[in-house]
Amino acid sequence: MVVFVGGELEPTLLYVLLEIATNRILNTTKKFFMTDNLIMRQPIVQAISLAKQVRNSEIQLTILQDINLDVNAGEAVSIVGASGSGKSTLLGLLAGLDTPTSGKVYLNGKDIFALNEDERAELRGSMLGFVFQSFQLLPMLTAVENVMLPLELAGTNNAHTVALELLERVGLDMRLKHYPKQLSGGEQQRVAIARAYVTSPKLLLADEPTGNLDLATGSQIIDLMFELNRERGATLILVTHDEAISSRCTRQIHLVGGKLNAD
Amino acid sequence: MNFIKLSLRMLRRDLYAGELYILIVALVVAVGGMTTVGFFADRVQLALSRQGDQLLGADLIVVSDHPLSKHYTDKAIQLGLNTSTALKFPSMVTKGDNSILVGIKAVTTGYPLRGELRITNDFEGTSPLLRDRIANTIPSPGSVWVGEKLAARFSLKEGDKIDVGTASLTVESMITQEPDYSIGFINLGPRVLINAIDLPATGLIQQGSRISYRLLVGGDAGSIQVFRNWIKAHLELGERIEGIRDARPEIKAALERAEKFLNLAAMASVVLAAAAVALATRRFILRHLDGCAVMRCLGIRQAEILYIYLYHFIILGIVASSLGCLLGLMGQEALVFSLSTMVDVELPWPSLFPVIHGLLTGMVLLLGFAIPPLLNLRSVPALRVLRRDIGISNTHSLTGYILGLTVLSGLFLWKAGDVRLGSLVIIGFIVAIAIFSLLGYFLIKILSSTCSKLGGSWNYGLASIWRRANTSIVQTVALGLGLMALLTLTLIRSDLLQNWHTSLPTNTPNRFLVNIQEDQLQPLKVFFSQHNIKQPEIHPMVRARLTSINDKIVSPEDYSNLRAKRLVKREFNLSWAREINSDNQIVDGQWWQRKDMGEAVLSMEEGIAKTIGVRLGDTLTYDIAGNVFSAVVTSVRKVNWDSFRVNFFAVTPPGVLEKYPTSYITSFYLPKNRIDIIDQLIITFPNLLVIDVEAIIIQVQKVIEQVTKAVEFVFLFTLLAGLVVLYAAIISTQDERIYEAAIFRILGAKRRQLISAWVVEFAILGGIAGLFAAMGASSLGYVIGKYTLNLTYTFNLWIWFIGIFAGITGAMIAGLMGTRGSLSSPPILVLGKIG
Repeated sequence: MVVFVGGELEPTLLYVLLEIATNRILNTTKKFFMTDNLIMRQPIVQAISLAKQVRNSEIQLTILQDINLDVNAGEAVSIVGASGSGKSTLLGLLAGLDTPTSGKVYLNGKDIFALNEDERAELRGSMLGFVFQSFQLLPMLTAVENVMLPLELAGTNNAHTVALELLERVGLDMRLKHYPKQLSGGEQQRVAIARAYVTSPKLLLADEPTGNLDLATGSQIIDLMFELNRERGATLILVTHDEAISSRCTRQIHLVGGKLNAD
Repeated sequence: MNFIKLSLRMLRRDLYAGELYILIVALVVAVGGMTTVGFFADRVQLALSRQGDQLLGADLIVVSDHPLSKHYTDKAIQLGLNTSTALKFPSMVTKGDNSILVGIKAVTTGYPLRGELRITNDFEGTSPLLRDRIANTIPSPGSVWVGEKLAARFSLKEGDKIDVGTASLTVESMITQEPDYSIGFINLGPRVLINAIDLPATGLIQQGSRISYRLLVGGDAGSIQVFRNWIKAHLELGERIEGIRDARPEIKAALERAEKFLNLAAMASVVLAAAAVALATRRFILRHLDGCAVMRCLGIRQAEILYIYLYHFIILGIVASSLGCLLGLMGQEALVFSLSTMVDVELPWPSLFPVIHGLLTGMVLLLGFAIPPLLNLRSVPALRVLRRDIGISNTHSLTGYILGLTVLSGLFLWKAGDVRLGSLVIIGFIVAIAIFSLLGYFLIKILSSTCSKLGGSWNYGLASIWRRANTSIVQTVALGLGLMALLTLTLIRSDLLQNWHTSLPTNTPNRFLVNIQEDQLQPLKVFFSQHNIKQPEIHPMVRARLTSINDKIVSPEDYSNLRAKRLVKREFNLSWAREINSDNQIVDGQWWQRKDMGEAVLSMEEGIAKTIGVRLGDTLTYDIAGNVFSAVVTSVRKVNWDSFRVNFFAVTPPGVLEKYPTSYITSFYLPKNRIDIIDQLIITFPNLLVIDVEAIIIQVQKVIEQVTKAVEFVFLFTLLAGLVVLYAAIISTQDERIYEAAIFRILGAKRRQLISAWVVEFAILGGIAGLFAAMGASSLGYVIGKYTLNLTYTFNLWIWFIGIFAGITGAMIAGLMGTRGSLSSPPILVLGKIG
């Protein structure tokens, strides 16, 4: 956009506008080149004809049916829908936490249901990060130990240093030695976010991350999550029923009665 | 990644959060109980083996109830072996007006051939310069060495005179350590050592006297073996050999029996600890499901989860078991103290074996009961991070504990040292678990369908039990087992005590006079009338050895029963009587008539007849001082032994046994204020043996009290373990209960309503568990008492009341203590903590 003031282009303003334009172009390019998948035109997450049914005392319940979904690298996708629409089930399937009745999920091109439990766990450890509604910190570990855990599981040597940096980034450098029990809800979720990003995952999956927090804290947490996601160039899939949060994502997917209703 | 580091980190936090207290306490108590008994037994065993040759005083001893043939000594000397002889017998010694029953040993030069005989001349124990020394000689003729007990009793000093039989001997030294007097149950009074040369002067060796003749042999192992082989072929009836390998079999047997019972008590605490470990692990797993799911989410492999928790438990096991060993080390000191009469010797320090056993017990217990449920943690679905209702299967199942039960059974068999006793207890517990589970299920089902109509707290309490039916069954079974072990021990213990504590009516004879010779009968009669004591009934006594029953030679090997073996080995006292004793009752056959006098017939005591397998009409053959005597059993008598009157296993009519060497025996009541008569009696009849039954009863009671104290001490561990199980059983569902209560409170339930619902729930669980416990304990107590400890079982109605009452109150107190606190905090906080 070019603004003319009194028919003439004010030189300083022009300089600023040019700067913005350049940055935009640079950013987009950067994002473009950072995500190698995009170059190959391959989605980071791909679900094909995904379905999930459960048998509940003689009754066959269909939770998800015929889900086809591509999420490209760098995207921030929200899955929205009413309670019981199958949001969390879909998230669980995309992460390989659950197995489908039929259909496939490719993570970074790998058919995750062709892998066994341990191989799936390894894949999760190497490319996924999670943020949960109920934080899911290990109660027997301190804040810093919780953040270190994924790095230690992956065999990283400088786990402590990296964890410290990230906790500092989320504003908890004064709470390193505290146990989850000694932290507030918002603080616990910050630790969880730090833990999720500590391995620099390609894909971050968040399940109602503000569900257990008050409005103000929730909004801070969402800001933090989006900031970190941007900084680290990760792909985000977010389950929420909060339209405001959903609208901050690049794409919204609506689940209605287990079926996809994409925007 | 470094799993040990992560394990340690988690362990530290779990410890800090109090997640592991039950496990630790259960292990410490179980290992503590086991090692207390272990350390004690080890020290005694060490003392026995270290002093093996000392205990014997020789390399080999030929023991006999009659003077030994000179050939034996000649043969030993011919083989280049050293020999010495000793005679052991009980007798009275007197100093002034005091007399006391002592164990006399008359020895010849060279005694002891092995081990140390230590003496001192410092009777007061004040002069350090005169500390004890090894005696390189034996008492010189005319002198006597006395034991510390006698020295203290008579306040003896060097040079004092004491009377041994008709001889007056000078006290020369005090014995501080003597071979074959180190460890033992009830010793018949203090010990006295004299020179064998003085024996004739004492006039104590007479026909029918109870004397043990001993030939001590020492030398190189090869020659000893040759002598052993030679003498085995030449041994006559009433003779046996004792070597280091069979040193003091009666002590070993007695200690093994005591150890067996103590071990059983200790094992009860292990069984309880196992139940506590199983319950605590279950809770631990439930509390760690989320953590494992998160770790699975973060990319950890199934096997890695197992490693983390395996290290976690191994470290915990080692630390807790070591603490248990420490507790055992302290506990055994208390045991040594309580069993001071049994163990009359300085015990060496224990070896490391009990520590190894303790650690092994702890690890086996923990891993056997914690590993199977821990294996389940591997399969925690990662999806649990999204859906908390997804758990793992098999947390309730008893089948998961098969490994633990098998290992525990092995431990039991090993520790009971008796396959029969061990198997009985194991089968008892397994059957109990199966029956309890089934019965528990039906009881809970019936109760919830019938009592739910009662409404209110009943409704909620029962609904809560039924909803958690599996857990409720596990809880009642664990609680039932805990109580069952406690009750079983109480039952067996009280039955034992009942058997031991025989109450005696007043005026029951309290003195036995043994070794009365025929020519003393008349003077003795005079003595009694002079002193205004009622003439007691005097019974003849002929020592005889049973050689065959119906012409079949009897030997101890024919019997499996220990008592029978012992009875067959030793000499019997036969007697004759015209009339049946008033405290005897014929149960089979007939007492003799006038026409039967002089006939070779026998009346047997019921108990011994049963033990050695003798029936009416059987012909028994005895060896009486080298003569053969046979008689037919014509009656079987029941004898009331509690009367403390003289009674015999086998009695003949008059006119049969008179021709054999006979001594006489009697019992009478001597009032406390006339004890001086005994001293005059001893002075008049020096060969008489006065057995103070009262003193023996007191001594026996003292030993019983000490054994009881020891058992009670070990029982403390069982009790502690029982309390741990109780707590573990209740706390295993505490989280759920608190969570539900918070929801109920949000919905408006009052504190009182919740508490009364819990009271109903705990009371029902505890009541069922108490019922199970009483059922199990009664059956197991019966079986153990009847088949293993040979005790008469008394049906104990109280056990049922006590069991149910203890179950209800125990469960209620522990349950309310665990959950009541949560009612004071706001429900939302409770939900936040647990949800």
